[in-house]
Amino acid sequence: MAKRLTVSASPHVRSSETTTGIMLDVILALVPALVMCAVYFGSRALVLTAVTVASCVISEFVCRKVMKRDNTLGDLSAVVTGIILAFNLPATLPLWMAAIGGIIAIVVVKQMFGGIGQNFVNPAMTARIILMVSFPTAMANWIASGQNAWEIDAITSATPMGQITEQLTEQIRDGVDFSLPEGLPSIAEMLLGKHGGSMGEVCSIALICGGFYLLLRKVISPIIPFFFIGTVAVFMFFAGGGNVDFVIYQLLGGGLMLGAFFMATDYATSPITKKGKIIFGIGCGLITSVIRIYGSLPEGVSFSIILMNILVPHIENLTLSKPFGFVKEKKEKKEVKA
Amino acid sequence: MSKKTPGVLTAVRHGRGGVKVAHHKNTAEMAIERMPVPNKVILPMQQHIGAPCTPIVKVGDTVAVGQKIGDSDKFISAPIHSSISGTVTAVGDVKLANGIITKGVTIESDGEMRLYEGIKPPVVTNKAELCAAVRESGLVGLGGAGFPAHVKLNIPEDKDIDTLIINAAECEPYITVDYRECIENAENILKGVEILKNILGFKQVIIAIEDNKPKAFEIMKEIADRDNDKGDAIKLMTLRSRYPQGAEKMMVLSATGRKVPPGKLPSDVGCVVMNVTSTAFIARYLETGKPLVSRSITVDGSAIAEPKNIRVPIGTNIQDIIDFCGGFKTEPRKIIFGGPMMGLAICSTEAPICKQNNAILAFDERKDLIKKERACIRCGRCVDVCPMSLTPTLIERYSRVKDAEKLKAINVNTCMECGSCAYACPSGRPLVQYIRLAKQVLREESGK
Repeated sequence: MAKRLTVSASPHVRSSETTTGIMLDVILALVPALVMCAVYFGSRALVLTAVTVASCVISEFVCRKVMKRDNTLGDLSAVVTGIILAFNLPATLPLWMAAIGGIIAIVVVKQMFGGIGQNFVNPAMTARIILMVSFPTAMANWIASGQNAWEIDAITSATPMGQITEQLTEQIRDGVDFSLPEGLPSIAEMLLGKHGGSMGEVCSIALICGGFYLLLRKVISPIIPFFFIGTVAVFMFFAGGGNVDFVIYQLLGGGLMLGAFFMATDYATSPITKKGKIIFGIGCGLITSVIRIYGSLPEGVSFSIILMNILVPHIENLTLSKPFGFVKEKKEKKEVKA
Repeated sequence: MSKKTPGVLTAVRHGRGGVKVAHHKNTAEMAIERMPVPNKVILPMQQHIGAPCTPIVKVGDTVAVGQKIGDSDKFISAPIHSSISGTVTAVGDVKLANGIITKGVTIESDGEMRLYEGIKPPVVTNKAELCAAVRESGLVGLGGAGFPAHVKLNIPEDKDIDTLIINAAECEPYITVDYRECIENAENILKGVEILKNILGFKQVIIAIEDNKPKAFEIMKEIADRDNDKGDAIKLMTLRSRYPQGAEKMMVLSATGRKVPPGKLPSDVGCVVMNVTSTAFIARYLETGKPLVSRSITVDGSAIAEPKNIRVPIGTNIQDIIDFCGGFKTEPRKIIFGGPMMGLAICSTEAPICKQNNAILAFDERKDLIKKERACIRCGRCVDVCPMSLTPTLIERYSRVKDAEKLKAINVNTCMECGSCAYACPSGRPLVQYIRLAKQVLREESGK
């Protein structure tokens, strides 16, 4: 009796972790923040998210078909990109602009470079920047949370990061000692999200919980978030003259939590070596801080992540480990010189 | 098992990376059974790393158990002995389970299992005599590697060796024969250790066992303490049960903290690593003079009706072995020689079992499911788990474009093909296969 035996290469067992499973974990980690979005900005927040996700998913499907490549929707990465893109947008953004963002993220940034794992910058981040540059007014239409985003006359409000940066720029210009501006939301409100900002960046506590879920599930390594957030904290401590409240506002505002846990940790655009991750995290932290303090933009997270993304291949080259037991050949060199 | 038991060592250094695999040590408490004598055996001339042997018998010859039937004049080789008594019925090409065709001797049993009258215990007083005796015994690494043992023990004079490491790690899932050896044959293991220590002059001997084998540990410790009156030369060490703890370089690192450089051997850092079953065999051989004609194997897997540990004559047909274990209870889809991480998938059960095979695992449809292969997502898990600190994802990339220069720069030949990278990859990429292809690219490059 002939048996049908599979003769394949070792190993013959695999871990149960899959790419789809990892993406699912990321989606789960984003759910608390998504729920809070709906609470603070009403149903429009959910509609906006649905639009970006649909735009990403459809773009990927159509693009792969046109390029005559296999359908990769099963890995759920398009869904993740859609949700994270939505989190970077104001709740009042016209839906058609959000859809364009999705198309840019998937088609231009991801599929044009080879699909999952091949993009050299973060798709959602890049799409956000392109929207910001293309539609500056609409993209700056932050509303205070607790309002219904559908209402055309929803009151816009400056984000806490915006307020701090404006005050800081003036104080640096006037050579005055630093102090926090009046009328900032309290720290508790910062944590819970009762302030203005993009959809996903407001509810810090939901994002931190999501981040810890990813750490627990070992989806992300703690290195990048730790060094990113840590560098900003240290920098802001000295920049603010030792004002701890200032540090806390800097950490909880401006999309740092979203960026540090969910965007800087994107696999394709961060280093694969541990040492590389440290350099990456510190670099993001430094650039974010410099842009926030000395630049006139209220938040440096998007740009810092993009700039560090571009450096990743070089960081990896510099930080590749030597193989087990590698011995430097010093003696031979000396003999050659003699 | 307490970590701080007095007189027991814990690993000096932990290797990086590695993966936690499910142990599946289902046959751990099953004593080794003897399989009845088969009707015939096929003895291939290549059952070891190195030069194949040439048959020294011809069709029609009567042979007995332990009689030499194949030998080679090359250094890295080991003679082959008959595992049954009977008549040589064929000398010619045989097909091995991995599909390779090599010369082999087929012997039909006369049912008597007569011992060869030329068998007598060797006289061994120094290293040269020990190596000659071990060579004559046909011993190859019984942990699965199949390296001729006498070559390993023939340490060059210019190398300074101080440590003998006895490898009882058995880190592959399912396999339990080394564990059973520790429980059932501990006396011989210690005797083998004494012989090697006294003749080769090791300053210390470390018997290293993974911490998922507490019973074996207790028995070994009891006997070691009893024999250890001349000081603490023989030590026991517990190791983390993390694959690939049993790999030679990882054993050296855990036992001594020394790192074997790429392309070098444990003897280059003062160590010799011997499998625990091989060590016990040396003691028996010096006592009886009976060469390597049988070995213990674990038969397990979801398709096997009655998983067992059994002692089989070398050259027994695989299908007969499986029938002795109740046959297949479900349709097998993959049959492996060795463990699931580094074992060889075989194409037929009508093939002989060889000296270096330590397990037969048969899996049915469900276990054959491999992850859907997706594009590399650059997650870095392969980099995290590699015990040799390599970058499998880069090796794959360069392997696909056959870039020999880049492959050389990232040290492909240091890879021991343990499979940790492919195991961990969430996209189910066949990383070890690409690494093997990469090594082939480098071989062709250097051959030009």
